[in-house]
Amino acid sequence: MAATAGTGASGAGSVEGAPAGTAPYAVELRGITKRFPGVVANKDIELRVRRGEVHAIVGENGAGKSTLMKTLYGMHRPDEGSILVDGREVHFKSPADAIEAGIGMVHQHFMLADNFTVLENIVLGSEPTKGGRLDRAEARRRIRDISARYALDLDPDDLVEDLGVGARQRVEIAKVLYRGATILILDEPTAVLVPHEVDELFGNLRQLTAEGLTVIFISHKLDEVRRVCDAITVIRRGTTVGEADPRTTTVRQLAEMMVGAELPSPETRTSTVRDEPVLVLEDLTVLTPEGRALVDHVALTVRAGEVVGLAGVEGNGQAELVDAIMGLRPLASGTVRLDGGVTGDGSADRGGPALEDITAWSTRARREAGLGFIPEDRHRQGMLLDAPLWENRILGHQTRPPAAKGLFIDRRAARTDTERIMREYDVRAPGPDTLAVALSGGNQQKLIVGREMSSNPRLLIAAHPTRGVDIGAQAAIWELLKDARAEGMGILLISADLDELIGLSDTLKVMLRGRLVATLDPAGVTPEELGGYMTGARTAEGAA
Amino acid sequence: MSALRRIGVSLFAPVLAVVVALVISSLVMAALQVNPFAVYEVMLDFGDSPSQQVTALVVVLNRAIPLFLAGLAVAIAFRMGLFNIGVEGQYRLATIIAAAVGAAVALPGWLHILLIIVVAMSVGAIWAAIVAVLKVTRGVSEVISSIMLNFIALGLASYLLTGPFRGSEEGASIIATAEIPASGQLGGLNSIFSAIGLASPPRQLYGFLPIAIVVGVVIAVLLNRTRFGFDLKASGLSPSAATASGVDARGMVIKTMLLSGAVAGLIGLPDLLGQTHRYTTDFTAGLGFLGIAVALLGRNKPVGIAFGALLFAFLDRSLVPLQIADYPASVVTIIQGTIVLAVVVANELARRIARRSAERGGAAPAPAPVAGDGGTGPASQAAPPTTPPSGGTDQRQGAQA
Repeated sequence: MAATAGTGASGAGSVEGAPAGTAPYAVELRGITKRFPGVVANKDIELRVRRGEVHAIVGENGAGKSTLMKTLYGMHRPDEGSILVDGREVHFKSPADAIEAGIGMVHQHFMLADNFTVLENIVLGSEPTKGGRLDRAEARRRIRDISARYALDLDPDDLVEDLGVGARQRVEIAKVLYRGATILILDEPTAVLVPHEVDELFGNLRQLTAEGLTVIFISHKLDEVRRVCDAITVIRRGTTVGEADPRTTTVRQLAEMMVGAELPSPETRTSTVRDEPVLVLEDLTVLTPEGRALVDHVALTVRAGEVVGLAGVEGNGQAELVDAIMGLRPLASGTVRLDGGVTGDGSADRGGPALEDITAWSTRARREAGLGFIPEDRHRQGMLLDAPLWENRILGHQTRPPAAKGLFIDRRAARTDTERIMREYDVRAPGPDTLAVALSGGNQQKLIVGREMSSNPRLLIAAHPTRGVDIGAQAAIWELLKDARAEGMGILLISADLDELIGLSDTLKVMLRGRLVATLDPAGVTPEELGGYMTGARTAEGAA
Repeated sequence: MSALRRIGVSLFAPVLAVVVALVISSLVMAALQVNPFAVYEVMLDFGDSPSQQVTALVVVLNRAIPLFLAGLAVAIAFRMGLFNIGVEGQYRLATIIAAAVGAAVALPGWLHILLIIVVAMSVGAIWAAIVAVLKVTRGVSEVISSIMLNFIALGLASYLLTGPFRGSEEGASIIATAEIPASGQLGGLNSIFSAIGLASPPRQLYGFLPIAIVVGVVIAVLLNRTRFGFDLKASGLSPSAATASGVDARGMVIKTMLLSGAVAGLIGLPDLLGQTHRYTTDFTAGLGFLGIAVALLGRNKPVGIAFGALLFAFLDRSLVPLQIADYPASVVTIIQGTIVLAVVVANELARRIARRSAERGGAAPAPAPVAGDGGTGPASQAAPPTTPPSGGTDQRQGAQA
């Protein structure tokens, strides 16, 4: 089971590949190449990670980060090149070998059983036994020990379903540490966290490295990378393009290394806000089954050509508000009205009554009336992963041309239109019959954006439209939103990326505990101020 | 990209399953000191004279028709991730009521048959609707309720047969409903054999065959080419994405179960209209459960189900010759059982291969796995939400992902 030691691996210090006079690298990859049928996912990867450092690997989605990490974690074997751990060459046949060698992986999506306690989740798969039974006392002792040593603040007896996202992530980290890992791979760990949880995570990471552990941190959030990492390796198109020092490199320089081009900015140009409202929410309330308000008497208006940004720490009712507008969640009170009329300027003479009350409408009727939806979790609400792209193209639009011809699905038109979207929105895939699961996250998102734009909605709900998307795709999506806005589309933008919110929005609303607590002018607000409103540290007094 | 390759990929799982099943069955037979090759020879022996051979063919086809309908009924629900285990009860109840109604009225020709078909489909649909209503209103798992309703349906059928619908003499060895008059009987298709110059067998090829083919084509078109079929497939692949796209999850459960039950109602009719003309205590049982196996074997696609039905019918036919040749008839049961197990494994294998090749960027246009094909795909674990999701659903989903 143990990783096999390669040639030349003798005692530490005199090992080949070690920097002169210092300890060997914790992890060193030399010339790693990994091919899949028809593609080279990794080519000549060079990576050197010193012990006790947080080492970031940054690159766009699809640049080959995941392939590289799977190689390092033993999930597949490289075609060329060698992997050295602590100066010794290793050959991993499976993740079990990697774990044996002290490498642990914290996945982006948590793999925890909700109805188990922290202890049960951590020991699952490597249970300490005493007389054939789970030795809870021993496990509890070790988990307490790990928790205290690395400041993970975990109680072994808490149920995982009662934990927040940040704590769940710490359970995942504890799971890896429990198995004796000294090198931790964190795959996009901040993607699911809110700002203060990110701070806590970074505190944990420093604690880990202070104790001599090594952290490999995969991300494409460059400011975070610069905040926490000691060294950065940039990957572009499957190969390493260089190392950067976070202290001397700016975000802009890093981004340019990643994409090989200029950094885009989300800032919009002139205001295109028109008078006529396209979406009016009044007194909207959503309750839990227990009667607690998730969305609390929200009133909101989005006008044609306007981007209304909704800021808030996740879990403050934004997702429920979106569901309520889409008709996916019953309302306790309130009305939703939508301008389902023609697009363009001819609408000036219609005045107020053109708004239709869609409160009682089904989701399908709302979509047909001109509501577009980019969901926050594209795998859950936006895509059929096991279906081809053309079926994903018509998902949500299956009642209208080009997807439908009467009661039938127009397969040919759907395929043709999928090809158009792939062309116009730069969705990189072999063809409309490719399964959606084969696409990278950015390409999936571009397909969703393209499909929602194609139906020319009056109002687009864009929930985290660039989440998990690389810089190139992010710029493209920003551009698309700006163009749509200029053509008179109303957009309700929900985002955790404060720069994106401030840059794209015409009006900013802050949501806190289900209420809209402030309306801000994006031109005069900094991310720090906005963050203050989001956490309730600032209040609406004095806000624009 | 080629169609050939697509066919090859979709054939992979069932063919592999049948081969594996044959190997396992051979081993079992060898362990029982039965020569498997001798058994296979008996199974493949359709007789010497052309008349015998055609008769064997007719027996296989006559059995394949109800199996095909049963497979279709199961597959419709499977495609949406619904497990309609209640096909058995649905068709038994539908058949006895249709038999009683058919015997009670006298109508001219096709109208009579049409009435029987409509009654059978309605009863099947209504019985299946109970399952759907329980699911959307009370959140009862369709697996549990449909299994339980099987018992109720069988009990109800027995009561009806011995009570109000009894048509046979007091003290007769077989209790039966009254016979359907000639206008409600469906003639055979043996004229086809004479037309193409084959010997006309003593047994009639069921006249229900063309109806079953039409049903198969209609269902295939409905599932693959219509908006309804797309909604159904989407609901099976991802209930949450389907709901967000505007599919009414509750409505789809009801519609799908109604359709599945209506097709299930047809299962007993080939025998009823073509041969027995009455429902009896020994009316063919177990077709609903075999339908599950046939649907799995056919990967929930009508054409595949037709082949699966033919295979199972072929196995079924060999029961009698095997017994005549003094081989244990349970050989057939063993083969059928191992096929089902092997198919479940092979489908999952094929799904993983398809997905892996897609993820690797090879992006072969693999056949999209269909919900409920026995795999552990995302669909089979996710039932459509029957109650509005409450707060915290997002987190749970996130943690599962």
